[in-house]
Amino acid sequence: MKPITYRQALNSTLGEELARDSNVLLMGEEIGVFQGSYRITEGLLDRFGPKRVVDTPIAEEGFVGAAIGAAMLGLRPVVEIMTINFILVAIDQIVNHASKIHYMFGGQVRVPLVIRTPSGGTGQLAATHSQSFENWFAYCPGLKVVAPATPYDAKGLLRAAIRDDDPVIFIESLALYDTKGEVPDEDYVVPIGVAEVKREGSDVTVVAYSRMTAIALQVAQQLAQEGISVEVVDLRSLRPLDRPTIIASVKKTNRAVVVAEDWYSYGITAELAATIQEEAFDYLDAPVQRVAGLEVPLPYAKDLAAVAKPSAQSLINAIRRIL
Amino acid sequence: MDKPTTLTKEATAELRHYYYQMLLMRRFEERTHEMYVKAKIGGYCHLNLGEEATIVGLMAALKPEDYIFTNYREHGYILARGVAPGPLMAELFGRETGVSGGRGGSMHLFDVAKGFMGGYAIVGGQIPLAVGAAYALRYQGKPGVVVAQMGDASTNIGAFYESLNLAKLWRCPVIFFIANNGYGMGSTIEDSSSEPDLWKKGASFRVHGEQVDGTDVLAVRDAVRRLRERAETEGEPVILDVVSFRFRGHSVIDADRYRDADEVRKGRETQDPLRHYSAWLQAHELADEAWLKAMVEQVEQEMQAAVDFANAGPHPKIEDIYTYMYASPVPNIPAPETARRLLD
Ligand SMILES: Cc1ncc(C[n+]2csc(CCOP(=O)(O)OP(=O)(O)O)c2C)c(N)n1
Repeated sequence: MKPITYRQALNSTLGEELARDSNVLLMGEEIGVFQGSYRITEGLLDRFGPKRVVDTPIAEEGFVGAAIGAAMLGLRPVVEIMTINFILVAIDQIVNHASKIHYMFGGQVRVPLVIRTPSGGTGQLAATHSQSFENWFAYCPGLKVVAPATPYDAKGLLRAAIRDDDPVIFIESLALYDTKGEVPDEDYVVPIGVAEVKREGSDVTVVAYSRMTAIALQVAQQLAQEGISVEVVDLRSLRPLDRPTIIASVKKTNRAVVVAEDWYSYGITAELAATIQEEAFDYLDAPVQRVAGLEVPLPYAKDLAAVAKPSAQSLINAIRRIL
Repeated sequence: MDKPTTLTKEATAELRHYYYQMLLMRRFEERTHEMYVKAKIGGYCHLNLGEEATIVGLMAALKPEDYIFTNYREHGYILARGVAPGPLMAELFGRETGVSGGRGGSMHLFDVAKGFMGGYAIVGGQIPLAVGAAYALRYQGKPGVVVAQMGDASTNIGAFYESLNLAKLWRCPVIFFIANNGYGMGSTIEDSSSEPDLWKKGASFRVHGEQVDGTDVLAVRDAVRRLRERAETEGEPVILDVVSFRFRGHSVIDADRYRDADEVRKGRETQDPLRHYSAWLQAHELADEAWLKAMVEQVEQEMQAAVDFANAGPHPKIEDIYTYMYASPVPNIPAPETARRLLD
């Protein structure tokens, strides 16, 4: 077992699943000849050919809809949306069709579809290219939404998503693609809908996912040197949300900070804070702290962009406020 | 409609069957209207009155291996595809015995066994799905074509154009079937389409298009047969613009005030597919008054049985509200508050 990157974990899993099941196919813009905007599909066109690795025109609504229709007939498409910002032109197909077809038609057909896409903002990509919309999908019954933070979880959750018979939105992060972690060779899956305590602690619980989990783990390590013991709950799945794991942790530490990159109002942190007060009110020694994105279109200038998104420092500040 | 030469017994029976199907559809929609007024049916409800030949002609040309995706004005399509009127009416009534288990309603009928892949109520939404289904047929090396049915006004939405491009690029056997009843809701084709010849709308995608008289069941059947064959063997998508006259308002609750009453009366008289076809059958001695009358009685009985079936169907159980939510079970669903509410 040697450490591999998050990108390698995704790339190898796509290759393994294409080899395992002939109904699996990849669709997306520039995923074949160009090898993927972020090289997640590198080498796969050569190995599996254009029938299995389908370069699409720039027509997100059209090809996401086509992927849903193909899934209804038994294929298992894995669609790449270049970044989550472009998913908005396909949202009708995802919310009005993918999420509803199984239920609304009385369970007659399944939609085994995965849509992979990186979310969040790094690298001065500015207002239209730095957004986080996973909450929009997590809001929608009928979808499943996962957001791994480590190469191990990326592989295990991608396997689970591809083998699942429901539409799964698979959230990645540009900032995580080059991060490394240990990934075993065996065929494991990480179950959808189950969070993980990534680090145990006793003073405060930090609830996070994806890139914010990585930041929370750094913060926990840093604060440990000051004698502050931080427990990090990594959600891994946003829908379904593993409320029992969050609540168990908060009942132990009696303090909670919830963190997500999306905008503050109506965002993921609002859902997490509401859940904690509903189910662990009597255990709280301090108000739940929310750390989220400032409510502006993300500015380009480096200094402005840096304060607009949650950072290690803003997380540390929130923790200190309630200790 | 050309005069048939000598016909076999089967061919005669088939020609008569089209009339039966059109009549069944006509009465199904009239009874549906009646049941809506009696508050047995809720929601939006769009009827196929005037489109009987369009629909029966299409279904007569399709094969069992074909798939159909339609808009929300789809009662007649699923009926003509061979689904019994009882479970259809039961769906409109919101019963467990409905074709979608009472979860869909008038706009969301479905029968996977018949390749009827759903009514869809977001304008244009069904079109990309049909392209993907056709892609899947080709991928799996299976025969068949896929129909993407839509209304005339739906040809103005972006999904249609993305779908034309994808279907042509990927050589998908799709029939883009425009049920052209002349209106969106209240707007005419000219009001909303800079190219009112809808069959030309594939031009910039190199998708062939044709127009056909949608009140002539045999003309529709023959056009679909020819284009279906080409789609299947050559992977050539095609647009078929099928023109008919909408008998009533956009939906059951639309009083149709924006149309001139005389124009509507005239349209119903001159463009009634059943009237045309019964005259044709009689002129060619394929049916007589007695047979036509017998059909009316038979359909009347079938429709009454369908309404009775729907009425007798059980309501879905409250505790089954989450059934069908996910095909692959996962933990932590439903959320605790919503689970609690069912126990209150
Ligand atoms: C995306 C979207 N916009 C608007 C509507 C509301 N709407 C429902 S039917 C309709 C008119 C569609 O007309 P047409 O495509 O000609 O079909 P017809 O109803 O005549 O069969 C409209 C505007 C909708 N369902 N979906």
